[in-house]
Parts: sequence; structure tokens; C-alpha cells
Amino acid sequence: METPNPNIKMWQGNVACAEGALAAGCRFFAGYPITPSSEIAEVLSLRLPKLGGNFIQMEDEIAAMGATIGASLGGVKAMTATSGPGFSLKQENIGFAAMAEIPCVVVNVQRGGPSTGLPTHAAQGDVMQARWGTHGDHPIIALAPGSVRETYDMTVKAFNLAEKYRTPVILLSDEIVGHLTEKVEVPPIESLGLTDRKKPTVPPEQYRPYEMDSSDIPPMANFGEGYRYHVTGLAHDETGFPTNNPEKIQAQLERLNRKIERYRDEIVEVEVQYTEDAEILVISFGSTARSVRRAVINAREQGIKAGLLRLKTIWPFPGKEIEAISASVRKIIVAEMNLGQLAHEVEWATRRSKPVVRINKINGEPITPNEIFNAIIRQD
Amino acid sequence: MDYLYYLRQDKMPHIWCDGCGHGIILKSILRCVDKLGWDKNDIALVSGIGCSSRTPGYVDFNTLHTTHGRALAFATGLKIANPKLHVIVVSGDGDATAIGGNHFIHAARRNIDITMIIYNNYIYGMTGGQVSPTTPAHKKASTAPYGNPDEPFDISRLAQAAGATYVARSTVYHVGKMDNYIGNALQKTGFSVVEILTPCPTSYGRRNKEGNGVDMMRYQKENTIGIEKAKNMSAEALAGKIVTGVFVDKEQESYLNRYNEVIKKAQSGV
Amino acid sequence: MAFRYEVRLSGSGGQGLILVGKVLAEAAAIYDGLNATQSQSYGPEARGGASRSEVIISDGDIDYPKAENIDILLALTQEACDKYIGDLKEGGVLIVDSQMVTKIPEGNFQVVAVPIIQSAVERLGKFLVSNIIALGIIIKLSGIVSEDSVKHAIRSRVPKGTEEINIKAFYTGIDLAQNWLDQHGPLKH
Repeated sequence: METPNPNIKMWQGNVACAEGALAAGCRFFAGYPITPSSEIAEVLSLRLPKLGGNFIQMEDEIAAMGATIGASLGGVKAMTATSGPGFSLKQENIGFAAMAEIPCVVVNVQRGGPSTGLPTHAAQGDVMQARWGTHGDHPIIALAPGSVRETYDMTVKAFNLAEKYRTPVILLSDEIVGHLTEKVEVPPIESLGLTDRKKPTVPPEQYRPYEMDSSDIPPMANFGEGYRYHVTGLAHDETGFPTNNPEKIQAQLERLNRKIERYRDEIVEVEVQYTEDAEILVISFGSTARSVRRAVINAREQGIKAGLLRLKTIWPFPGKEIEAISASVRKIIVAEMNLGQLAHEVEWATRRSKPVVRINKINGEPITPNEIFNAIIRQD
Repeated sequence: MDYLYYLRQDKMPHIWCDGCGHGIILKSILRCVDKLGWDKNDIALVSGIGCSSRTPGYVDFNTLHTTHGRALAFATGLKIANPKLHVIVVSGDGDATAIGGNHFIHAARRNIDITMIIYNNYIYGMTGGQVSPTTPAHKKASTAPYGNPDEPFDISRLAQAAGATYVARSTVYHVGKMDNYIGNALQKTGFSVVEILTPCPTSYGRRNKEGNGVDMMRYQKENTIGIEKAKNMSAEALAGKIVTGVFVDKEQESYLNRYNEVIKKAQSGV
Repeated sequence: MAFRYEVRLSGSGGQGLILVGKVLAEAAAIYDGLNATQSQSYGPEARGGASRSEVIISDGDIDYPKAENIDILLALTQEACDKYIGDLKEGGVLIVDSQMVTKIPEGNFQVVAVPIIQSAVERLGKFLVSNIIALGIIIKLSGIVSEDSVKHAIRSRVPKGTEEINIKAFYTGIDLAQNWLDQHGPLKH
């Protein structure tokens, strides 16, 4: 037996999410019970008050999302967590957070859908809902962890991105990662690069909460700091007040979408393995990428030139990266626990220049390494 | 007092119709805030969607205009994040008791430290006079052309049953009472509710042949009965009457006090 | 090449098999310096229904975290045994509760049948510690992690106040496994 290192933990993915949030400075969590995400709420109900923070179980998913936004506007880093049905309910207020540019983190531990679906089984079917779940054109950031350690890291990153870009950030976990218990070496807090929202430097009478500055990310004052301003989900001008002026509406909404798109290179992360000489590229994300890694290693052991491309960022979509990495491959395989939501984007990113083979599973069971290996060796 | 000190004058004219009572409520809120001497920086006014929910746009506080029915949810997070803020929610009858009904009863149950002022005009005004949860039975609305088949909610009784610390009802005609109730509510810790009956001549009065704003306020003047007197009256005698007064005024531990105890327990390792 | 050792703990909901999985994984990863994952599959029931908990132990990275080629399958109910036997590898070990699982499926594997639940009741007076008895049997038969590490992991994971009875249950399992080995001879690895 070895003397245990106190920084090494056996954590479940959902526990790592809660701990990552605390490390990132989250001091407010509003939630509603839903499988398979409830452990996040349970851990935070225990841990937040110890740190002087607040946990509140709201009356429904909608309220949990609203309270999260309200707390952020009050100056506290805030998060909520849910799964498919709850994610559907939260969409209207996610749209509000996007429109009013209020930083917050929304965790979706994906389960089988549609509707009540498979509460205790995994799926990856909320890729498009994360992007387009709420109405209107709006930006979003979505990250997909593939391990317990990465759940910790990405929860921290989600807060950092939310604060930096004044936007809701979605952590798109899944039941397998969320309920997997795995070894985690907890990184030192100094290494996390914690980010806080940019505050106004002008006197209150000059403050424009949605000003069109050169960064496209206006400074954000918290309520109660002397900057009395108006926040609304209505189309508004740079003062924050509703407007019907078409030029101002167009300019604000274009800035809103541009503020993520122009920084996409700073946001987007992918992981590649064995891609230098790959003839067959397997693209995946989240828990499914673990099966892909095993399949690719097995293929390499048999002399087959397969490579792995794992999307750590789902939105903004890493289309540019996919296009570059797949340029020299003969075949692309996309493995995902849905009916091709990612594959569709991959085809678009590669302009259908390569055959895209789809491996899709929506019965709650994980895609196995063998299923992927068979697709790698199949002649198609 | 100087109302203009509290108003965003560049946002005038407001969107409310001639004869609407909402502006009377707004002035009452401002008088109460002025009397309490609160700093504008320390007040957050939060609303949902509807005519009443446009109030925050006109006042020089921290103002938050949220999604339909959800003001209390946002306000709950805001109050917890910054307990120094005086958080006031303004809402209409549809916003508060239809789409936001769940948040309303749970805010009362939780006794969250927020004052909610409900502008009850029996109708969805902004969207064009659709029937609301407080439209009296048989009255007409754009979605109840044959008369409303539903029974209405009694908002004050609902708040009382759900556990609010302070509940009172007035009409906009009874300005003195309204000021008194709103002033009391703002000073309570815990969840306080003031329901104000306010005429909507455009969408409700016109359709139900109740006249203009003046006529509707005259009706308020002539048909209001105090809650004490009403206790000794039969249901038949109370038909068509408006019962006003203080329904609840009690002391009970607020949510924030309770959660501070949670924090103490958690930090002491108990 | 890294070794990969797969354990599946199966039975019905409420038998504490997820806890056993977490203890085993923690013993391997925290105290024995190996890598380990634990995962589970379950239905909506808090009690009853088929439940399984899986532990993968390796000295290298663990990518796919689910068991496919199982080294040790524990089955505490007939239903679980019938449902999961197909994933047991050739020559693998099936550990069953000898009273709950009376119909042993056909196949090329080794069978260890022990009265786990009965021993919990008779020796420790507590049906609830059957899970830790089963863990003791697994540790004795597999040697995959050290007994000391498991004891530490038990103390860190079981509810406060139940540490000693669970440690006793662990040794009861080791004892049952030793008796079985004394009667049947060593397992083939």
C-alpha cells in the first residue's frame, strides 16, 4: 500500500463538476432534482454553505435558470445543472442570459431522449439543442468533457469563458461521464487562470451596459454597485433600454453574435491523436471518444492508419479544425450517441469532400470500441 | 417630494393608456421609497412581462425586466446574491398567477425577502385583452367572447394560504390605503404582497361596458368593503364587491435568516 | 502492455454493489497507485430491479470504462447471473451467492458458490453487510489489490459508525474464500 496523495481523489464526474465550480469561484447554485445530474446539486448543497455561498432548490427548472441569472447580475458566479427534460425547460431563460449578456454556467448531463426518454442511461442527443434550443439568433458556447478530470477542468473553463465573454456557457456532459468514478489529480488553484467579468471604469452617468466598444464585449456592472441601469430581454440599444430602431437592433444583435465568433480561436479546443499520417479519421466527443481511443489504438496495433479527433468544444463548432485535420484522410467516421447531429456538421465543415461514415446509437448503451473498430476496418 | 428625481424622464411618454391605473401605483411606490429614504442604488425593481412589467423601465433604480412570469425567480437569485439590495417585484395578474403562479406560491412558502406588488386589472392588457386568472366569471375578454367560464383566483387569499408574511389589497382609488400597504410591505422582512386593483378601460372596461377609467375608479370607490366588515357579510351581499385591507401581517423568519443558519451549521461542522 | 482487469458486481438495487465498486476502485487507485474506474447501470428503482456496478483496474490509462471481457463476475441474484454471464471471459470466475443463485449457467468459466447473504445474517447479524463480504471474497480470490488498501478504502467510504462491522464483514469474506480454496484448490488464472 502506498501513502495516498491528498490531491488524488476518486471522484464521480458530477462530483468533479461541483468541485470545479467551487474552484472557479461559483458561490451560487440553483437547481431542481433530475437524473442523472442530481449529484451536482447534492454536493453543492453540502459544500456551498461551508464557503459562505448559497444553494437553493427552486420550484422548477425554469426558476432555477432564472435565479442563476439573477444571482449573476447580483455579482456572484452562478451555475445550474440539469438533464434533457430540464434543459428543454431552461431554454427560454438561457435565451434571456444570451440576450442580456449575463454570465452563467448551465450543466446538462445528457440522458436518453426525446421527452422523458431514458433517465438513467446515457445519450449525446442535445448537441443541437445546446446550439439552437432557444429562439432567435444568439451565440452560445458548449464544452463536452470526456473524463472526470476534464469535467473538473471544463467546469472551471466554462466559468472563465462565461465571465470573459458575458455569455451563458453550457457544459454538455453525459450520463457515462457524469456517473463515472475515476482518479483525479486536483490541480493547484493557481493553475486555473480564474477570470472575472470586466467592470466599467467610467462614472455611472457615462456607463453604457451594451456599448459597441472595440472588443465587442461591454463591461458589466453588478446591481448595487452604483450603476443604475436597465436589463431586459427585449431588443435594446447600447443603453440597455428597449428600442424599435432597426439600425440599432441590427447593430446590437450582430455584435452579440460576433462577440463569440471573433474569439472562436481562443475558445475552441480539440484533441488529436495519431492524426499525422491517418488515413481514417474518427471524430467524436464526450464519453464516446473513450471508445474511439481504444478502437484507434487497436487499429494502430494492427497497422491500420487510424486517428482520433475529439471535440472538446462543440460550440462554436470546430469546423476549421476538422477541415484542416481531415484534409489528407481517406475516410471520416463520426461516432456519437445520437442519430448524426455531429456528423451533419462534419459533412458541412468538410463540404462533403470525404465519405462520412456514421456510427449512431440511441438505446442508452455506449458505443463500444469494437463497434468503432469494425467501422474502421470495413471497406466502404 | 420630487417624483422626477426617481423617474427616467427620457423614457417618457410611458406606454400606459388613458385611464389606466398603473401610473397611480408607480407614484405610490415612489412615495413610499422616498419616505423610507432608501438610496436609489440600493433598490432593484424586477418585473416579468406585461403592462405592469414595463414599470421598471421608467424608474431610476437597478431595473430588471425578465421573461414572462419569471420575475420572482430572477429576483430570488438577485436578493440572495446581494442581500443589501431592496428587491421589489412588480407583476400583473396574468404574469403573477398564471404563467408565474408556481413561482408566486413558492416565494410565499419560502418567505424570501422580497416585496411583490401585483397590479390586478383582471385582463391581459398588453396582448389585447385576453382572459386572465382573475377575470371574474362570465365577464368578457378577447378569448372569452361568450363570457369567462372560469372562476377567478383571489390573489390575496392565495398569497395568505401559501405563507406570505404580509398580504394586503387596495384599489388605485384608495390612494391613502395603497401608500400605507406598500409602505408596510417594503419594511417587512420576508415575502410581502400588495395586490392593487387597477382599471384597464381599454381592454377590460370597454369590452364589459364598465366605462372609462373614471367610471371604473368610481366603481372602486362605491363598491369597496373593508376586510373586517366583510367578515360579517354573506356571500350574496359580497357579490360584485371589492374586499380590501390587510389580510396577513405576521412575523416569521425569512429565507435569508434561515439560510444564514444553514451557513453557520455548515461552517461549524455540525 | 498494460494489464486490464474487469470486475462486474451484479444483483438487485439496494444490495450496496455501487458502494463495493467504489471501495474497490478507491483501494486500487488511491492506495495501490493503480488506475481504476467505477461505473454503474441501473433502473429507476432505489430497491430491487437488476443493478450492476463495474470496476476496471489497470496500470495504464483506462479508455473504455465499461466491462466487456470480465475477469470476475459477482452475481447475488439469479436474474443478474442470467443477464450478465455472457460478458464473462473464457476461464473467468463467477462468484455467486449459493442460495440466491441455484441454476448455474453452462459455460467455460470457474464457479465459486458461497452462502454470502446467509453468512452476513448468521455471523454478523446484518443482512446489509453482504456486499462487503462479497468484496472480501473477490479480494482473496483475485489478489488484484492489497487487503490493507481495501481496509482503508472501506473506512473512508462506508457510513460513519459502521466501519468496524464492515471490516469484520470483509474478513468474513476472506475467511469464506479461504475455506472454499481449502476445499476446491486454487483457481486457474
